[in-house]
Amino acid sequence: MAKYDYVPSPFMANSIVKWVDHRLPIFSLIDHELIKYPAPRNLNYLWNFGSLAGIMLVVMILSGIFLAMNYNPSTAGAFDSVERIMRDVNYGWLIRYIHMNGASMFFIVVYIHILRGLYYGSYKYPREILWWLGIVIFIAMMATAFMGYVLPWGQMSFWGATVITNLFSAFPIVGEHIVLWLWGGFSVDNPTLNRFFALHYLLPFVIAGVVLLHLWALHVHGSNNPLGIDAKGPQDKIPFHPYYTAKDAFGLAVFLIFYAYFVFFSPYSLGHPDNWIEANPLVTPAHIVPEWYFLPFYAVLRAVPDKLGGVLLMFGAIVILFLLPWLDTSRVRSARFRPVYRVFFWLFVICCLVLGYAGSQPAEGLPLILGQVATIWYFAHFLVFLPLLGWFERPLPLPASIAEPVLGGGKSGTVAASKPMEKA
Amino acid sequence: MRTAKLLIASVLAFGLGIAAASAAETPKVPTQKWAHTGFFGTFDRAELQRGYQVYKEVCAACHAMHQIRFRNLAGIGLSEAEIAALAKEYEVTDGPNDEGEMFQRPARPADRFKSPFPNQQAARAANGGAYPPDLSLIAKNRVGGENYIYALLTGYKETPPAGVTVMEGMHYNEWFPGHQIGMAPPLSADRVTYADGTKATLEQHAHDVSVFLAWASSPHLEARNSLGLKVMLFLFILAGLLYATKRKVWRNIKH
Amino acid sequence: MAQPGSTTITEGEGRKHPDGTTRRDFLYLSAGAFAGTGAALTGWAFIHSMNPAADVLALASTEVNLAPIAVGQAITVTWRGKPVFVRHRTAEEIAKAKEDDKADLRDPQTDARRVQKPEWLVLVGVCTHLGCVPLGQKPTDAKGDYGGWFCPCHGSHYDTSGRIRRGPAPLNLAVPSYAFTNDTSIRIG
Repeated sequence: MAKYDYVPSPFMANSIVKWVDHRLPIFSLIDHELIKYPAPRNLNYLWNFGSLAGIMLVVMILSGIFLAMNYNPSTAGAFDSVERIMRDVNYGWLIRYIHMNGASMFFIVVYIHILRGLYYGSYKYPREILWWLGIVIFIAMMATAFMGYVLPWGQMSFWGATVITNLFSAFPIVGEHIVLWLWGGFSVDNPTLNRFFALHYLLPFVIAGVVLLHLWALHVHGSNNPLGIDAKGPQDKIPFHPYYTAKDAFGLAVFLIFYAYFVFFSPYSLGHPDNWIEANPLVTPAHIVPEWYFLPFYAVLRAVPDKLGGVLLMFGAIVILFLLPWLDTSRVRSARFRPVYRVFFWLFVICCLVLGYAGSQPAEGLPLILGQVATIWYFAHFLVFLPLLGWFERPLPLPASIAEPVLGGGKSGTVAASKPMEKA
Repeated sequence: MRTAKLLIASVLAFGLGIAAASAAETPKVPTQKWAHTGFFGTFDRAELQRGYQVYKEVCAACHAMHQIRFRNLAGIGLSEAEIAALAKEYEVTDGPNDEGEMFQRPARPADRFKSPFPNQQAARAANGGAYPPDLSLIAKNRVGGENYIYALLTGYKETPPAGVTVMEGMHYNEWFPGHQIGMAPPLSADRVTYADGTKATLEQHAHDVSVFLAWASSPHLEARNSLGLKVMLFLFILAGLLYATKRKVWRNIKH
Repeated sequence: MAQPGSTTITEGEGRKHPDGTTRRDFLYLSAGAFAGTGAALTGWAFIHSMNPAADVLALASTEVNLAPIAVGQAITVTWRGKPVFVRHRTAEEIAKAKEDDKADLRDPQTDARRVQKPEWLVLVGVCTHLGCVPLGQKPTDAKGDYGGWFCPCHGSHYDTSGRIRRGPAPLNLAVPSYAFTNDTSIRIG
């Protein structure tokens, strides 16, 4: 295959740039990894969601820092300090709504990003570690979001924290000790709130670090693409700038319209009304639900009438993602060429939605049964369907190269269906 | 347009999740007409002031509004002098003074609304065990918001439906979860004599005080709407410009 | 894994205008300027959130009862988180302050302009040099060479009207805005 001939951008010839770059090659890095970085020419708008997730991380960190300047992490003062931000701090309401709805936006973006990876097989060779790092980010995000939700010290904050920390009591022998340790007391109280604030502030920077690793791993082999085949030559790639910077910028603007709608015109529709009531350790709300982005996992937790079983299953639902690159035995990446997998992909999406619905309902009757069926389906998808599909499914013929369908003019299909994508 | 289909599906999927999440609540209360809802919503100052009068003369006997300070009443259209005069009607505890004693002084605009009870326990004890909730965020922390408040205030039935027995000291209300509420019907026609001469029907009371409580929950609603419209306009133009840029950049790239 | 191929893309270059600019340049500039303006305005909202909030501004006044302060005594009250000196001046102190109106002052101001009633001197007790609290409130304090206040941090001397007389401070001790609500009480702020 053709070598990647790097031609420096004009600004690299500037003498100051040269001086700095000789000592700290930061301009070379930017030029290599952001400007001239070769990307497949056929990335669709679903490839915007990676950069959107990165931008959401920055938005959350920035708005969070400004909120922290006015937040008081004590059980006596937390609720009032948040109300002070909402009422008295200049633009406090705006910053809080950006942060509050930003959490939901971050999860929407990341869920689409993950589903894109599932659909186009982005987790397969040689991107397994890239996929793992993504899951690590996802787990850290969930921990951050959970602890952040506790900070306003509303009813759902308190009872959500109580329920989730109690999950750990399911483990035999050490469980009770772990819970006491998490709380720093005998219930969710001031010490708990304090440490959650400290960790909520810390974790986003850990996420940022893992994001750098995620990008590093990404840039080793480059982006996957909707065809799921490797680049064959220069005709398959285009420089990141201006092509994908322009595409990402437009996608960002569209996303911001969606985001701004929630911030300005529907700021509390994604949250739960009970969290506008100050925490009261003596009164449990009638119906405790987590934020929407946790609902599918919550449904898995409640699918089993056994405490330890439910907890293990819920953690298992996330851990199983680590094994995905090996559970999926097909060597074809993109669902575009996998007619049967495509159906199972959409069934999996529906399965997650059903789990979300079941998680939002009281755990009884039809929702409980739906939750149980969907839980079985969730695990079967990874443990049964994916391994078997690789053997039974007959993939469609793959195009010879990324450029071929658009430039070649000729029909694709010269590569036999029985010969899956090359491992170049 | 596989991408578009996928995107739409994802957004739809998300929307369904939300709908599912919020569907699981108490019976949906009827929606009233409000001046402050919608993209261009603003509070009607006259309604707000009448609503405050209802709160002050009726609700405040039992319900605190801890988050509201007298100075906030500028938001319902009162002048600084009116607010200062109003605050002076209340005595608040301050201190300690140089002798180490707490003392009473007239309230100032910076003070919080005075709570009818010194603490939750006292509030419970005085109300047969039922705690009259703080009203500063009531329109945000009840499903249905101001529609629920209106429905609740107008939803009392003197005689409960056949087959329902109401416990001693409780009252039947169509919209209260469980239908049995400790609060006696607080409003009735002419309960308050409006300063502006508006006819004081039960519905008028309920409407005005609901608006006032909606304002108390979201005092920045008007600023939010007006800034939101500007931001939206800005973003649509920006998106247009960026789309044109993207088209230009990609013009000669087949993909 | 093969490295991606060299990029031979030149297709994207815009059509050149006679002056060397392209339509793409114009779009870049307008979109960039537009986005930059939006980012700057958003940044302003965040920066403004660090300015004093409504509750802080609303607490900006303090009432002081003057009745218990004997002639020659001084008290310190807190106003906006800062000490305010209220001194009940003696006749000599008043006379001295008036006399010094003619002295060579670094920050010229007559005593009459610094008080509402000559016997009551109200000052923000923060040295105008670097923000220390000067001595001179307690009878045992060093009052400096001019009988008013002395800042121990860098040796500024203030007179009985709170004017800077010697030392590094550039300005007189500030007089807060205050009003007599009746004969024996004032409201500062």
